[in-house]
Amino acid sequence: MISAPVRLRRPGGDFDAVPVAEDVHWIGALDPTLRSFDIILKTANGTTYNSYCVRGSEGVAVIDTVKAEFADEFFSRLEQVARYDEITTIVLNHLEPDHTGALPELLRRAPQARLYISHRAPLMLKGLLKHDGESLDFTTVTQGDSVSLGDRSLRFLHTPFLHWPDTQCTYLVEDGILFSGDIFGCHFCDPRLFNDKVGDFRFSFEYYYQHIMRPFREHVLAALPLVEDLALNLICPAHGPIHRDAPRGYVKRYRQLAESQLANEASQRDKTLVIFYISAYGNTAVMAQAIKDGAETVDGVRVSVYDLQGGEVTPFVDLIEEADGLAIGSPTINGDAVKPVWDLLSCLTQVPLKGKLGAAFGSYGWSGEAVGMLEDRLRGLKLRVPCPGIKLKLIPTGEELADCHAFGRNLALQLTGQAAFRVVDIAELA
Amino acid sequence: MPKAQVLFEDIGVAVTVPAGTRLIEVSEKVGAGITYGCREGECGTCMMKIVKGMENLANPSLLETKVLQEQMAGRQNRLACQAQVLQGEVVVRPG
Repeated sequence: MISAPVRLRRPGGDFDAVPVAEDVHWIGALDPTLRSFDIILKTANGTTYNSYCVRGSEGVAVIDTVKAEFADEFFSRLEQVARYDEITTIVLNHLEPDHTGALPELLRRAPQARLYISHRAPLMLKGLLKHDGESLDFTTVTQGDSVSLGDRSLRFLHTPFLHWPDTQCTYLVEDGILFSGDIFGCHFCDPRLFNDKVGDFRFSFEYYYQHIMRPFREHVLAALPLVEDLALNLICPAHGPIHRDAPRGYVKRYRQLAESQLANEASQRDKTLVIFYISAYGNTAVMAQAIKDGAETVDGVRVSVYDLQGGEVTPFVDLIEEADGLAIGSPTINGDAVKPVWDLLSCLTQVPLKGKLGAAFGSYGWSGEAVGMLEDRLRGLKLRVPCPGIKLKLIPTGEELADCHAFGRNLALQLTGQAAFRVVDIAELA
Repeated sequence: MPKAQVLFEDIGVAVTVPAGTRLIEVSEKVGAGITYGCREGECGTCMMKIVKGMENLANPSLLETKVLQEQMAGRQNRLACQAQVLQGEVVVRPG
């Protein structure tokens, strides 16, 4: 373990590179005043943009860069440990601008360096550099590809959607160092850099997972075996502390976070339908109950009903993440669904939803726009909406409640794959 | 006008359409789970899987072919904003 003191800035103003292992340096940047990242994340004490320089007997690699406004800091640190004409290799584990802001200038200063990106990244590179992707010189890599630096080699792990399509990890084989990109990272700025030196960043680590990685949970679970099989002496993520003390613990924690959040008591064979509603005069509530009763007439479906006014958004999001189907009911007030419903729906981008069944219903006084709006939102969230939503004016009649009952049964038949196909002519569609 | 049929497997609805209809014109109207981004064949968001009837679609344009390659698409994938149904039955589901 390298135990040199962390000294980030020299009296003359130059920025210091920080050794993390033999001939491996952190050359990133600190952004302690940042309070909001990508709009969606709070950053209570800022963040770091981590970049690394690896020296081998026959080449020098730079792994990731920093946000554009921190380029001077990055180049100052890089110049402490390598000349530009020594750089043979530039690796981008992720092309978001906070990691590629200094790339154009680095390519200008080290034109001989070969650029390595994942095979999903060329389109993004083109968008970032506004450059003709056909003539820009780079090499795409995927699982198992490697680059030699002489006595050391970098091997690539294909880990897409952590949290963009282009993401990958890079492994320094001989040293057991994983340059992980955003996975295992967090927004936490502490110049002491190493997990055994910095302040308590557990909250930031888990908050980062919940907001950045959780929507891609299935991809996390696909990537973890690739990492779990590695010898790990260090995990060097693209944000936040470097994990040198018990790095494997962070991998284990990711598995815990990515696996089921709820103890699902339904039979593994059962499908689960969660019904959320909010009701001003009890009419939408009555509809929800009738839908539940209808759904329960189908074997193999476990149905739950929740009044949105009786709970907080976060546990409801957890429920939806685990469910196979979601039906949501709202009255129409002033031509819209009501705010608590939108509050819930606005939080669902945190969880994987693609392919779940969605449905909407509600009572209305004048015009009933809410149901159509909710269906559009559910489709936008990539749920399938096979059953046209059900809306009714004010107080449900017995016949209308029978319609709700049939609607619930149809949802359950859809969930269990028992629904009959419908045939329509395009002229019948609005 | 010659007709064709598109079956959206995810919602269990088959739609009869005039030959030459693009999938995007149908899938949104019927509420299928295919989602769209640019709608111009560039972003690849609407990549779908053709479960059956690939031969009943018009061949992909150069642009669609390029985007499918960039998206690492399989042989059963097409872009819903570009694919035109020419005849017979086509079965699709979100990619």
